[in-house]
Amino acid sequence: MAEPMLQIHEPGETPIPHAGTETAAVGIDLGTTNSVVAIRGDGHTEVLRDGDGRSLVPSVVAYAADGSAVVGELARRLLLDRPDAVVTSVKRLMGRGVEDVKSLAGTLPFEVEPAADGGMVRLKVAGHSLTPVEISAEILKALKERAEDHLGRTVDRAVVTVPAYFDDAARTATKDAARLAGLDVLRLVNEPTAAALAYGLDEGAEGLYVVYDLGGGTFDISLLRMEKGVFQVLATGGDSALGGDDFDHAVAEHFLAERAASLGESSLSSAEVKMALMSARLAKECLTKQDAGEWSLDADGTQTMHRLDRATLEALIAPLVERTVKLCDGVLEDAGVTAADVKGVVLVGGSTRVPLVRRRVAEVFGQEPLSGINPDEVVADGAALQAEALTRGSDTLLLDVTPLSLGIETMGGLVEKIIPRNTPVPVAKAQEFTTFQDGQTAMSIHVLQGERELADQCRSLAHFELHGIPAMTAGAARIRVAFAVDADGLLTVSAHEDTTGIEQHVAVKPSYGLTEDEMSTMLYDSMKHAAEDMARRLITESRVEAERALGAVAAAVAADGDLLEADERARIGDAMTAVRSAAAGDDRDAIDAAVMSLEEITRPFAERRMDRGVRRALAGHRVEEFDGGPDQDADRGQE
Amino acid sequence: MNERPQPMTLTETAAERVKALLAGRGKPSAGVRIGIRTKGCSGMSYTLEFADEKNPFDEIVEDKGVTILIDPKATMFIIGTEMDYVESKLESGFVFRNPNEKGRCGCGESFHV
Repeated sequence: MAEPMLQIHEPGETPIPHAGTETAAVGIDLGTTNSVVAIRGDGHTEVLRDGDGRSLVPSVVAYAADGSAVVGELARRLLLDRPDAVVTSVKRLMGRGVEDVKSLAGTLPFEVEPAADGGMVRLKVAGHSLTPVEISAEILKALKERAEDHLGRTVDRAVVTVPAYFDDAARTATKDAARLAGLDVLRLVNEPTAAALAYGLDEGAEGLYVVYDLGGGTFDISLLRMEKGVFQVLATGGDSALGGDDFDHAVAEHFLAERAASLGESSLSSAEVKMALMSARLAKECLTKQDAGEWSLDADGTQTMHRLDRATLEALIAPLVERTVKLCDGVLEDAGVTAADVKGVVLVGGSTRVPLVRRRVAEVFGQEPLSGINPDEVVADGAALQAEALTRGSDTLLLDVTPLSLGIETMGGLVEKIIPRNTPVPVAKAQEFTTFQDGQTAMSIHVLQGERELADQCRSLAHFELHGIPAMTAGAARIRVAFAVDADGLLTVSAHEDTTGIEQHVAVKPSYGLTEDEMSTMLYDSMKHAAEDMARRLITESRVEAERALGAVAAAVAADGDLLEADERARIGDAMTAVRSAAAGDDRDAIDAAVMSLEEITRPFAERRMDRGVRRALAGHRVEEFDGGPDQDADRGQE
Repeated sequence: MNERPQPMTLTETAAERVKALLAGRGKPSAGVRIGIRTKGCSGMSYTLEFADEKNPFDEIVEDKGVTILIDPKATMFIIGTEMDYVESKLESGFVFRNPNEKGRCGCGESFHV
């Protein structure tokens, strides 16, 4: 292709490339049940619809025997006839490893292939073995196509939303899926943040906002803090198996009970259940506007009529709505705030159209929730806004925060946090570490995510080793470990040894993920166990220090034992025994005291060793050699 | 004098064209300033503008009788670039041949290094 030709402009008038002819960037809400794509241009956001005016694309993929895929409404219709060839709710598997999925066995609507390698989960669909990333990519491709058909130009960039609780693995998987679909991800944005942006809350009053997201199959509640146009996710909660579908089930059961009573039969046919679910859904949707209605169940040749009014509907679904209220309370409590502190509430998800839900949310937070934007489309709307901001080079770039702290394991299984939780991303931080033993030439770097003080209670993200550290005395090597989290929340860790310049780095693509529950449990545990963890951390630190001192003294005695008188040697031996027995116990002060006295007792010995060391170093050299000049060791080190 | 290589060079045609444009601008100019803007779709895009005056930190290139001022932020990205002037049937303009470029966006108007 021809090279671009540039013209000379008056100062400050060089036009921004692509003005007018650019390829489009869209906002995508990649949902568990449904997905939506939107684009913003000319000052307003347009949600892209199909020929029938539907904005929702069911997140359902059906595979044919030849491996070709069908996405959306069509695939959903195939679900009943060919369940083995259709995948739903694949989002729940994003970034999950085989291990994670085992615990979900039986609750997932698809067959997981038993894989031995502990890697990414693979699903068996219509005789093919597919990863969640590949399946998700089909959904994204369909959304991309919808946008391209609509706009008549190439769409190659997107802002994709993810749940706030998605960890690094799930975020990476989402990004990979987009890449596979031919979309360059401008940024991954948290769903609640996108919803808040759609309402322009970033330009509103600073403070706390709640996003209440009740979809078809999932419920998420997020507490955001907006400060200077930047949103931080303070706390999240929810239930991955609670949504509008459960409302339908409650109503369907009611219908079926009535039908059984009137027909005098007790067994249910699958046709009846299907019919009842469909009518229940209609009734639920109808009763958001009307006060009462009548629905017929026509199955197996008999028809029954069922009257339902809004009060009865609300009585049926009230227990479900109360569960969401309880989760809201939990999130507020976690964050240590009360409903009165909340400046605004945003409703997301089709199920928030139900009047009872709106009423209860208004009661809980003492204010009318924001609901001016279609709750099915609000997340995509915010994503489209963000896509526009990112392509137009706006400065109002949105920041997200790290959901959990990131750090590395240090001696004794302790965690040194390098990037604390809730740090706005992108962020890069580094810390220096050193060797623990004399002559140590390698260092194992264990990257961890979590809030606890001990490594085994945090989540392991990656393991790598830095080799080629020059042999030095313990504590002399300087190893700089740098953590960088990019704007999408993905982590890169690098370790660098200063004297040799050797370096290792790793992009964290963990092989398994955390469930939402585990995530909240981890957070909760860290608060519950904070004091206990701290105590354990302190005692472990003391033990590590004791071990280090014992090792150093033992090495010194082995090397220069001839400098010791017999009684001095015996005193040192006793002090070492005292340190060992103290370290076996749980009294931190006792360990510290024993180490202190060991150091006291060995000080004269250490001084004599130092003298001898200096004499040895000087022996056989002329003084001039120590007056500047190239340091030969250093030269060798650089080769 | 020329101990170190110039950060960038011009072809004869580019130099002639710049001279003609400077002469036709109708007000005194210190030269032409090249900068980098980080807002293209593939990372960066060039800016090419008349300069009313030199800025204290501009890198100054004198080549073939033309003064090019390089924005200090851009120097690192432009080192080794050759600036040419190309005329084709449909359009004409300046072209940067930048050895640092590692990729361009589809339209070629922005690049990354």
